[in-house]
Amino acid sequence: MSALRIVWSGFRTNLKMLGTSSFFLLTSTVQPVIFATVAFYMFRSGGRSGTLLYAALGAGMMGVWSTTLFGSGGMIQWQRWQGTLEIGVASPPSLALVYLPFSLANAFTGMYALAATLVWGRLVFGVPLHFVHPWLFLLALPATVVSLGLMGLVLASTFVLYRYANAMSNLLEYPVWIASGLIFSTSILPGWTRPVSWVLPPYWGILALRHAALGGGVWGPLAAVLGLGLASIVVSFFTFRWFEHLSRARATLALT
Amino acid sequence: MRRWWSTFFVGGVIAYRGLFNWIRPAMYIPTMLGSPLFQLIFFTKLGQYAQAESRDFYIVGNSVQVCAMSSVYGMTMAVANERWFGTLGPLLASPANRAAVFLGRGVPVLANGILVSAFTFGAGALLLGFRPGLGTLPALAAVVVVTVASCTAFGMLLGSIGLRAKDFFFAANLAYFLMLLFCGVNIPLADLPGWMGAVGRCLPLTHGIAAAREVAAGATLGHVSGLVLTEAGIALAYAAAGLLLFRILERESRRSAVLDAY
Repeated sequence: MSALRIVWSGFRTNLKMLGTSSFFLLTSTVQPVIFATVAFYMFRSGGRSGTLLYAALGAGMMGVWSTTLFGSGGMIQWQRWQGTLEIGVASPPSLALVYLPFSLANAFTGMYALAATLVWGRLVFGVPLHFVHPWLFLLALPATVVSLGLMGLVLASTFVLYRYANAMSNLLEYPVWIASGLIFSTSILPGWTRPVSWVLPPYWGILALRHAALGGGVWGPLAAVLGLGLASIVVSFFTFRWFEHLSRARATLALT
Repeated sequence: MRRWWSTFFVGGVIAYRGLFNWIRPAMYIPTMLGSPLFQLIFFTKLGQYAQAESRDFYIVGNSVQVCAMSSVYGMTMAVANERWFGTLGPLLASPANRAAVFLGRGVPVLANGILVSAFTFGAGALLLGFRPGLGTLPALAAVVVVTVASCTAFGMLLGSIGLRAKDFFFAANLAYFLMLLFCGVNIPLADLPGWMGAVGRCLPLTHGIAAAREVAAGATLGHVSGLVLTEAGIALAYAAAGLLLFRILERESRRSAVLDAY
């Protein structure tokens, strides 16, 4: 019960903080719309037909990932700057539980990105929003978002130890877009990148969403994205404990 | 005059070292080299998948545009961080020539922008098979220098706004992403609606990227001189607008006593 209260109050608090951040407004709505527009024009002028919904979904998921990534790095860095990271570490609940609701709120904010690109695509480019399996889409969307949030939790744990979290955030945005095949198929990437794609929740998440929208098997990718989400929880509890211990032992927790 | 040049060069370098947040290798390498590299791969692969333009179209467009990582963010920080770090008051209280103070900050940013672009072109050659003729490299380098200068001048304007605006990083981020859309980086201007093309032609990068593409395809510098001169003109216009805005905002901030307020 106490854990649920921590999750709920942390989720609400972070959602309120994100709502006042212009940077998150940019990452979760403006940036995905710009990328979606670039993709729409590229697909429109290219040889592939009927791919605008594909582009809208991909650009939206890119926004979900960006929000999760910058949120995960930002929440640790921001707390470090504010001097509240030590208070979180010193509190009785495990650090992973303290930051779990923050990560979920980050990913939830990312859903604005998907909504923004779909509405933008419909209004400006006339993208038809006819989903083959609408109910499965509604199931796949929260599953994907929660799973990405949990992946963000693993990243956040490394940022406890690593002082330049925002540099890592800047670096990891495009590689995950590429390896997850969010807006183009991973079949055009070199073969050695496949195993990297398979361990990324966004790869399975976009497959589940794409198949729900455009047709194809949804349950397999959905099971994979949920499985990776659960694995992320387990990994993050260990990594949080380990990195927290290391940063306390090295006395680097509060160093900016 | 000697003092002017000293403020211009030495002041510019000191300001850059003090105010550019990403100068440490742990920040610089992932942000200024890693991110442009993956941006290049992302858009080249997206173009390949969409079957839109040739591979070189995306390599040249993105390799030139990534200079904005330095020009827009670097220049914004080099001016606007004065207020963030609480050093704006002492700076403006000094009798130093404002043009030297302001324009000198662009020199390290310009050098860094050229480095970032050169690195990305190199990555394009190494990883994606970009093969311009050896004879085209001097002309390509000249086009890149003019384009980075133009983008740096645009960064000066944004930095000036940061002297007064609270959230200058929002403007810098927005400008960076809008350049991807409006400047013909990944979409030919002809494929954009007329008003977007018109906006793009008033921005830095657009003419420089067009010139760089022609040079990479074998054209001489003489053939693209019109585009290069237009890009240089845009650079001068933005630098003048940035300096003018800097002076106006300085005067207004003094008058309304909000120099260090945010």
